Amino acid sequence: MNARLVMAAGLAAALAVPYLVRSDFWLGFLITVLLFAVMGMAWNILGGYAGQFSFGHAAFFGTGAYAAAVLHIGFGLNPWLGLAVAALAGGLVALVIGYLSFRYGLRGSYFALITLAFAEVLRILANWAEFTGGGVGLYVPLKVGIANLQFSGKTGYYYVALGFAVLSLAVGWALEHSRLGAQLMAIRENEDAAQALGVDTFACKLKAIALSGALTGIGGGFYTHYYLYIDPGIAYGPGVSVEILLVPIIGGLGTVFGPLLGSAVLHGAGELARRLMGDAPGLNLIFYGVLLIVMVRFMPEGLMGLVWRLRHRWRRVADA
Amino acid sequence: MLEVSGLTRRFGGLLAVADASLHVPAGSIVALVGPNGAGKTTLFAMISGFVPSDSGKVVFAGEDVTGLGPHVICARGLVRTFQVVQPFGRLSVRENVAVGTHLRVADRREALARATAVAERVGMGHLLDRPAQALTVAGRKRLELARALATEPRLLLLDEVMAGLNPTEMTEMIRIVRGIRDGGVTVFLIEHVMQAVASLAERVHVLNQGRLIAEGAPAEIARMPEVVEAYLGHGVAERMTAQAAGGAR
Amino acid sequence: MLDPIILLPAAINGLTMGAVYALVALGLTLIYGVLHIINFAHGSLLMVGLYGAFFLHRAGLDPYLALVVMVPALFFTGYALQWSVIGKASHGSDQNILLVTLGASIVIENLALYFFSADTRTIDTPYSFEMIDLGVALVPLPRVIAFAAALVLAAVLWFLIARTDLGRAIRAVAKERQGARLVGIDVDHIFAMSFGIGTACLGAAACLLLPMFYVSPHVGHVFVLVAFTVVVLGGMGSFSGALIGGLLIGVTESLGGLLLGESLGQMGIFLIFIATLMFRPSGLFGSRLS
Repeated sequence: MNARLVMAAGLAAALAVPYLVRSDFWLGFLITVLLFAVMGMAWNILGGYAGQFSFGHAAFFGTGAYAAAVLHIGFGLNPWLGLAVAALAGGLVALVIGYLSFRYGLRGSYFALITLAFAEVLRILANWAEFTGGGVGLYVPLKVGIANLQFSGKTGYYYVALGFAVLSLAVGWALEHSRLGAQLMAIRENEDAAQALGVDTFACKLKAIALSGALTGIGGGFYTHYYLYIDPGIAYGPGVSVEILLVPIIGGLGTVFGPLLGSAVLHGAGELARRLMGDAPGLNLIFYGVLLIVMVRFMPEGLMGLVWRLRHRWRRVADA
Repeated sequence: MLEVSGLTRRFGGLLAVADASLHVPAGSIVALVGPNGAGKTTLFAMISGFVPSDSGKVVFAGEDVTGLGPHVICARGLVRTFQVVQPFGRLSVRENVAVGTHLRVADRREALARATAVAERVGMGHLLDRPAQALTVAGRKRLELARALATEPRLLLLDEVMAGLNPTEMTEMIRIVRGIRDGGVTVFLIEHVMQAVASLAERVHVLNQGRLIAEGAPAEIARMPEVVEAYLGHGVAERMTAQAAGGAR
Repeated sequence: MLDPIILLPAAINGLTMGAVYALVALGLTLIYGVLHIINFAHGSLLMVGLYGAFFLHRAGLDPYLALVVMVPALFFTGYALQWSVIGKASHGSDQNILLVTLGASIVIENLALYFFSADTRTIDTPYSFEMIDLGVALVPLPRVIAFAAALVLAAVLWFLIARTDLGRAIRAVAKERQGARLVGIDVDHIFAMSFGIGTACLGAAACLLLPMFYVSPHVGHVFVLVAFTVVVLGGMGSFSGALIGGLLIGVTESLGGLLLGESLGQMGIFLIFIATLMFRPSGLFGSRLS
């Protein structure tokens, strides 16, 4: 009851934000936070719940981004439908990569490396192919209108991003209360034992990666329509893979609210670094790297682990 | 219930299991014994689909299950436990068992409710919310059993559930296993503790160096010369020497 | 069609580039192949070596002479990194090592970007463009030297691991960590030594590479996946495998580039990597130390 109240209040506050925050800069900041919360949840499904660490989520992000861009620019597909297609495309690529990796039993570092390699292959292909605009990239023509998923200010984009963030939280919550979620966690903890108990580990991992790819694909499609530009380096480069995986690791693996919290802290810290030390290239990334090491060293359960510990302590104090 | 014929498995040049054939009748408790490294666990792994066999056949409840994946065999009603317990460490006891109950029910709440019931059946009712990695050896052994039971099997393969238990815990475990059989589940178990074999099993198969060398009731087995030589020979002889050495001091 | 007159020089060109890949991979096969430390920072540490050699050259030291400085310098860098950061932060879990070395590579790379800017730099030596006539092809002198050095380095590493006390300790730790600890081996020290030696190889690779290549903060990207490919292809922990794997990859890239065009040429490497992981995870020649 209490938790529901908190969530309702949180949602109301999130809905009210554009009326309180008038600055385009801060709305833009929040859009980035929400976008990476969505993709962080996507990574969390595969990495946090199922325990399969991907270093190549750019493969799904880029495919979603290009699917949205190419179909809109080349074939005039409605951008909203484009987002659905982006999800489909991301899920499909994930299914192929997952099939090839899991069929041959790749786990741990092997899985991380092969996903990275797949993303690189796609980057090279996008650089080479003509329909992707090659190295020059693709520009989405400016034509403001809700039907066209283009807004004159940031507010419209904010609500779209918020919608997807809420969707991602719902997906995470549903997963945690479903058979698939239980089976994925069993696979993460001990794959052999899961198999012995009748879990079809191959099928479960495929479902996880497909779901993860679809959600990341949506993120990619949204990126295209928000920035109106995509190129192979942005779409398939290792940068986006890393940024996506940092989010749930900082927030808390295998938790519903970890990605949202992680995204807020990660980007907030990056912004703070920029304010304090000036806008030099790479500065926020130095910060990300240090944060990653510090988190793994001192807080392997992420910020959600800290939240739980604090709440536990608070309750004990309250009970006493 | 289980019909194994001519099962063979080689690892490199080593013949782990050679031409093993045996029968486990429905409703019985059958034991598989033999010295360490005889191939008992490999035989179990082949029956449950974890290790492919080079040749031979496994028929379970009238159906050929040779070459099927472990999860498929489990879904048919044949489940194994591991000699080295394999808990889902960070999940609670209830969640551990629910992985098993989920095989038959999709609904999370129902699966958790059934998991609670199964855990209580093996005497883990007071440990439901404990993370599996915080359990004692005896607790983990029970958890292993509870998870397997939760899949609602018709045949349960138990790989050394008594190992590491103290006498009180062992008596309790024997009671639990018997209760499982009385509930209609056939039990096929690997066991080193002869006392447990004698008080549980109706029939015993003896495996030595990959070959089944004898079969019979527990009391008969203990008298067969080839068994005494092959199986008891190793263990007993060593123990006697050790005792003699200890006594001399 | 493509006749031997084009193919042969391309193949030789590929072999010499492959030698560079082998140089980079030799260190990784020790770190990743033997001790299973998944070192994503390998490319960034090479970059550190390249900058070191670059600034030493600016100070008047020839890159080949800079070997004397860079090899020990990177050894200590690697030792310190494993000792103070990677070993402590990873809590012994593979996935954490993956994340920590990734974090380290991000930090190292962007520090370079911050201090040295994104500019691509090259050095000018009297022999940079000197050609050696091999009969069928002209090959730049630095590449010939790199080729010879790769052979020497592989031999040195093999000797170190197979014939010395340190090598025996490393192999013991790789095989049975607890057992090694029980017989009195300082496991943390051995891990750091292995990491240091693997990184020292990068110091050598950097000095040999600089006369024919360039340096920029992101130069490591070119090598990191290639190095993993070579290690997996050659068999984890096998030095001769890394050598042959490196050469094979170099030739593949060169011929791939010739047949498919420059932009697709690199893809051959990744496809080989993917195929190896799927079908022959123990490498083409089987793993030496597993």
